[in-house]
Amino acid sequence: MIDQNETVSRPMGADEDGSLDEARLRQQAIGVKLRQMFDQVVGEPVPDEFLDILRRADERTAGGRN
Amino acid sequence: MRAARADSADDAAFKRELVTLIPHLRAFARTLCGDPAAADDLAQDAMLKAWDARASFQMGTNMKAWTFMILRNQFYSEKRRSWRQSQLDQEAAERTLVAADDPEAPVALDELRLALASLPAEQREALVLVGAGGFAYEEAADICGCAVGTVKSRVSRARRALQAALETGRYDRDGAPAGDAMGAILADAERLSGAR
Repeated sequence: MIDQNETVSRPMGADEDGSLDEARLRQQAIGVKLRQMFDQVVGEPVPDEFLDILRRADERTAGGRN
Repeated sequence: MRAARADSADDAAFKRELVTLIPHLRAFARTLCGDPAAADDLAQDAMLKAWDARASFQMGTNMKAWTFMILRNQFYSEKRRSWRQSQLDQEAAERTLVAADDPEAPVALDELRLALASLPAEQREALVLVGAGGFAYEEAADICGCAVGTVKSRVSRARRALQAALETGRYDRDGAPAGDAMGAILADAERLSGAR
């Protein structure tokens, strides 16, 4: 890959294709890590607090209806 | 006011779906706030706001996008109340994205977090919604309240900036050189795709 970049006599098109592929590969890799980072938090257990808050809010509603 | 019986069945269905979205709300909040505790506060506020506004939600439409929009609006309205918040967010993000991290997490992920935190908020949220949240450009545009073209250009600028930051270590880590973060990410991605 490094050799390719240093070869200035290479036809223009080949160089462009090479660097385009390389850029695409890098963006794909970043995309994979980005999803991994997000999914890591999604995969964390939800603190009980969340469900408690929602349950209390639901009870308030139910209480108001009765 | 709707009839009480319809309410209670609708509420139960709404609540079930809302509960499944909590992990996603937490993840989105974490990318906005950085600080995990502040992010959970934000996610809880958004969850409650969604619950209170459930009568205005049309079942069968995209509840994930709807709750993300509520969370985002909540985040920016809180931000407006405090002029120093932007600065604090950045500091908190840089501090806690490292501190709250799983010590076992690969270094590349850590580097990505720091690079992501260094992006302007509008680029970061666009990239997270489209690149990690699984939203289409159109949905992300609805969530952010902007044009589809704006989202597209923010995502593309974010991608370029992220790559540049990872390649140059521009985001600076405790004064130490960032190292070859891009190389680590490429190697990791290769390992992951090989494992599949």
